Amino acid sequence: MSGPREIRLSTTPTAEAIADLRLGDVVYLDGLMYTAREGVYMRALEERANIPMDLPAQSAANFHCSPAARINDDGSFDMGAVTATASFRFNKWLPEWMEKTGAKLIIGKGGMSSKDYKGYFVPNGAVYLSTVGYGTGALLGRGIENVEAVHWNEELGLAQAMWVIKCNKMGPFIVASDLHGECLFERENAKIAKNVAKVYEGTKPAVLKRYGESDDPTDEVI
Amino acid sequence: MITTNLIEKTALTLMDKAAIEIPSDYHNALKKASSTEDGELATFVLKAMLDNYEVAKEDRCAMCGDTGVPRWFVKMGNNASVEGGMVALEAALRRATANATHNVPLRPNRVHPLWRTDHNNNVGIGAPEIEYGFEPEGDWVDLITVHKGGLFGTDYRMLFPSDGIQGIKRFYLDSLMAFGKRGLSCQPAIIGIGLGGSKDICMNLGKRASTLRVVGSSNPDPRIAELEEEFKELGNSIGMGAMGFVGKHMVIACNIEVGYCHTGGMPMSVHAFCLSSRRAVARLFPDGRVEYRTDPDWFTPYQRRETVEWESGSNTNQTHDANSHRSDSTHAVEKLP
Repeated sequence: MSGPREIRLSTTPTAEAIADLRLGDVVYLDGLMYTAREGVYMRALEERANIPMDLPAQSAANFHCSPAARINDDGSFDMGAVTATASFRFNKWLPEWMEKTGAKLIIGKGGMSSKDYKGYFVPNGAVYLSTVGYGTGALLGRGIENVEAVHWNEELGLAQAMWVIKCNKMGPFIVASDLHGECLFERENAKIAKNVAKVYEGTKPAVLKRYGESDDPTDEVI
Repeated sequence: MITTNLIEKTALTLMDKAAIEIPSDYHNALKKASSTEDGELATFVLKAMLDNYEVAKEDRCAMCGDTGVPRWFVKMGNNASVEGGMVALEAALRRATANATHNVPLRPNRVHPLWRTDHNNNVGIGAPEIEYGFEPEGDWVDLITVHKGGLFGTDYRMLFPSDGIQGIKRFYLDSLMAFGKRGLSCQPAIIGIGLGGSKDICMNLGKRASTLRVVGSSNPDPRIAELEEEFKELGNSIGMGAMGFVGKHMVIACNIEVGYCHTGGMPMSVHAFCLSSRRAVARLFPDGRVEYRTDPDWFTPYQRRETVEWESGSNTNQTHDANSHRSDSTHAVEKLP
């Protein structure tokens, strides 16, 4: 088994570099990356605070992450492990965020739906990169050359603050969407779904039902 | 007398070990799984995870950036005594949790559910949880810390006796499918199933089954032990592997724990302990000795007792359990295959 294709990619990638990415490629990143999740989105988009970076000139890579990190008494930073958080719950803010910041690489856990990809990733020329595992926090830590800044720590706390990280061959990440809006996870789900009926054979649905849920195990819950 | 200083110092070391060092039972089982995985992407993922464990140890860096929600289980021998009493012990565990969050560092995950207030130290209202157990013999205290992830892979459902084993299987599969897709539960994992108790105890049993039992252990009731094996195979036959990619390994172990429940019900919970199965244990003795280990050894015959009285040193109790289940066929939910 040869294993997946490995690629070095800039965090301010060219349109050609993004177009070249295929589902399942393994990517390592170079350049500046920032963390932004619900705290940053709400502050920037709902409270209309000025984003403290020049985007996308400095970085087009948005990491759905809060690091295990500390701010030392002298103001310097120590970052240990970094791991993504699940992205599906940020689709409320992402279309506006992408438009505003020109983000081309959304990096997180679990990906989004092909509807999200087709709806606003593809029109913005963006793709989704998934972290691996999940929880290769120590490996990703080795790809951090420097922690450049932390913004909005006082307003949002360490876990929700906007961390700016300088990456040097940071990875691995897996390409989970492409410029056609195809979704790696949905492709895998479809393959697995063929076997599901057989695994469920003989089992019984619960006698007491619950409201609003899917009874089809091939459905997703995100 | 076990000193507060020893408790705090040991607790700090345990926080560090739990975040950084993958327990050997899970690590070995994952290596074995990795060697037999044949899905291309799932294989890549497992290899990356195995590399990650080594890097975490070399760099003394947390395995995963989401360092979970630290909690404590305290087990005490009946003759143990703690300097300053249990209030001093709880203060020492809270201090160790806060200090380790800064020192390791851990992610300060704990916030107020409504106001999202973050003390940046994993301490707050009800956090970290501290739960207790006792053993009939001994003057030691076991400190166990578990840093379980908090968002996905866990579910609860009130089932009824008429749901039977096939209903239990359905809810088990439903939980694996729901949270296994896209790898939300960070599988392959140790799956814990709680059966019985009241709702809260059912959740507790399942959480403890996943976090306080090691890979390779089995329930002393031979019929439950058979179910554990069967459920492990069933989970691995879905065809889903790491990250929800096509693969053969979803369940590293399936641990089932039971508690007596309301006669009309059969509550069930499912818990997935993730790829960073963070647990660390130490036994503290009054003479200042500390023995570190990775097996919490929580579920002793005493913890699983079902009799009114406990006869000290009675190892026959386990056999008695199994026999009493066997003779209790009128109460069985369904005849097992």
